[in-house]
Amino acid sequence: MATMNMLQAINNALDIAMAEDEKVICFGEDVGIFGGVFRATSHLQEKYGKARCFNTPLVEQGIIGFANGLAAQGSVPVAEIQFADYIFPAFDQIVNETAKFRYRSGDLFNVGGLTIRTPYGGGIAGGLYHSQSPEAYFTHTPGLKVVVPRNPYQAKGLLLAAIRDPDPVLFLEPKRLYRAAVGEVPEEDYQLPIGEAEITKEGTDITVVGWGAQMEVIGKAVELAEEQGIACEVIDLRSLLPWDADTVAESVLKTGRLVVSHEAPLTGGFAGEIAATIQERCFLYLESPIARVTGLDTPFPLVLEKEYLPDHLKIFEAIRESVNF
Amino acid sequence: MMTQYVHQPDFMTGDEFSIPTFSLLSPEGELHSGATEPVLERDHARRIYQAMLATRILDERMMAAQRQGRLSFYMQCTGEEAAVVGATAALNDADMIMAQYREQGALMYRGFSIDEFMNQLFGNELDYGKGRQMPIHYGSRKLHYMTISSPLATQIPQATGYAYGQKLAGQGHCTLTFFGEGAASEGDFHAALNMASVHQVPVIFFCRNNGYAISTPSSEQFAADGIAPRAFGYHMHVIRVDGNDVLAVYEATRQARKIAVEQNQPVLIEAMSYRLAAHSSSDDPSGYRSKEEEEVWRAKDPLLRLQKWLLKKQWWSEEEETSQQETLRREVLETMKRAEKRSSPPLESLISDVYADITPALQRQFDQLKRHIRRYPEAYPRGAQSLDLGVGSETDTQGEA
Repeated sequence: MATMNMLQAINNALDIAMAEDEKVICFGEDVGIFGGVFRATSHLQEKYGKARCFNTPLVEQGIIGFANGLAAQGSVPVAEIQFADYIFPAFDQIVNETAKFRYRSGDLFNVGGLTIRTPYGGGIAGGLYHSQSPEAYFTHTPGLKVVVPRNPYQAKGLLLAAIRDPDPVLFLEPKRLYRAAVGEVPEEDYQLPIGEAEITKEGTDITVVGWGAQMEVIGKAVELAEEQGIACEVIDLRSLLPWDADTVAESVLKTGRLVVSHEAPLTGGFAGEIAATIQERCFLYLESPIARVTGLDTPFPLVLEKEYLPDHLKIFEAIRESVNF
Repeated sequence: MMTQYVHQPDFMTGDEFSIPTFSLLSPEGELHSGATEPVLERDHARRIYQAMLATRILDERMMAAQRQGRLSFYMQCTGEEAAVVGATAALNDADMIMAQYREQGALMYRGFSIDEFMNQLFGNELDYGKGRQMPIHYGSRKLHYMTISSPLATQIPQATGYAYGQKLAGQGHCTLTFFGEGAASEGDFHAALNMASVHQVPVIFFCRNNGYAISTPSSEQFAADGIAPRAFGYHMHVIRVDGNDVLAVYEATRQARKIAVEQNQPVLIEAMSYRLAAHSSSDDPSGYRSKEEEEVWRAKDPLLRLQKWLLKKQWWSEEEETSQQETLRREVLETMKRAEKRSSPPLESLISDVYADITPALQRQFDQLKRHIRRYPEAYPRGAQSLDLGVGSETDTQGEA
């Protein structure tokens, strides 16, 4: 075991993947000698050479188009989009190409080797264009997998699984936690399962679901609730596509109550999908309406970020209201 | 590069450069004076011509079939066979081709059978694409021909990435990507050329400048002298070639391939041609261009030009032409009849290949769909037939039929 922050854990996962398989290739804007603007790819170019870790021109659609072709050829590209806010020029390549490559060719060709890494989320005074959580645009796209880690241990194990997964994975990294989240991480190779949620805390009164950076916020809210004697069951979804409806449904059958929280705006957000599925599966067991604690239906603000974000107090209130319904 | 300073403002437009058109054969099938005949064996030249002829005949027959209502959609390569087949013939057969959609001549040259064409066009159970894409979206792994995708220009940066992988693999292969002059307006085109040049990638960007993007003439697509000058902006080798002259296309592409594979440098080729047919079976060119204009280009038919050259060399004969045409027409018709009678792909193909393995959520949706089809079989004849044939496992839903 070693103590690592999330960036170190991601860097370590990339290092292991590149050492193991020479087909693994990392690239993106500033990814080369500089190691990425957040340093997730530090020292990889020194270690594995410029052919396998390099800067690209500043063109997201080109980065993902290039990555699709490289993956179709049989390589294992790990492409970085510097901020998830800047993934949209590549939207066509991801939605129309990456996601449909295997299906449209009848499995003659696939881009399963591809992993797209990108930092997402708020809480860093990044305003409209360095804070967004675009997961719901991609969870609406069959053919993609969408994975979000909550801490360094999860980040390393899930990233290694994503790189080796037979399907293309969008790996959303909670950048607020890049340096803030520090934990014990095994130095050796390990993988965590894609498509499986994790119950991070057991409880009987209410289920609280989230992913990524929101798990830390949920943790604080749950502490407040526990002080008032409310026993919360907390679930980290980890994968949003495919997502583990069984684990959530099983929990809600037990607790009868559900709160889902994400930073992205409410309307069309992934919490809506969870709420719809769970009411289908658990209708007769629900004791209160499923609550969603999310960002507002606005662009991401700057000065009023604190007011916008679904913080621990808003989640705590939702838990309290649900229990007292 | 050294910066050169001047002390008076001097604006440039690009008119300072003019890019000539490389041409070897005259419309009469004669070698231009001063032109060097490319090294092309008799059998290779015949293979090229036969692929062009077969493409022309396939296109004629299938457009007719579409008009008869036997086929939902079709696109012809007519007028551009020299550009497509000539370029393909200059490659190694193991080089990757990433085409746009109008390049069936490339597949024909590489040996895709008429049966394989038909299975895709009719989306039957033998279609490699499992009946998922509209007609003409062919693909072949064994022939190194990437499955066609409708969005324009997405294949261009993919070709750069594919070729980068080929360079790392070190087996001396390259990728050639076809696209139209209209698609070259997409951002993906510029991204692809820039990345290929920066990363020294063995890729050939082959632009079929056929004058029209559906109805939009090239004069409303770009203000500059075609697509070729864009290469300067990326410091890339470029050549413009008469796209109706198969010898010129072949020779230009052969040399481009040498640059790509031996120097790891990308090359842009602009082939000047004309789309003699409509954009697709859904298009009517009389709404945007004149018969007179079409006639001018019909006189430059690339097939006739090569045929004249072959006849002069006595590598082809009128008798062979007649018998070959008859054989091909018959083969197309007979193969079509077989293909349209084949069954549809099984119901399972609705959910397979979305992921490497079917996800639990998708399996649930599929089970629900099967229950529904069992309740209303006449509304879903293909699905019902597939279920009644016992394809896949329905044990979970038997009781609810």
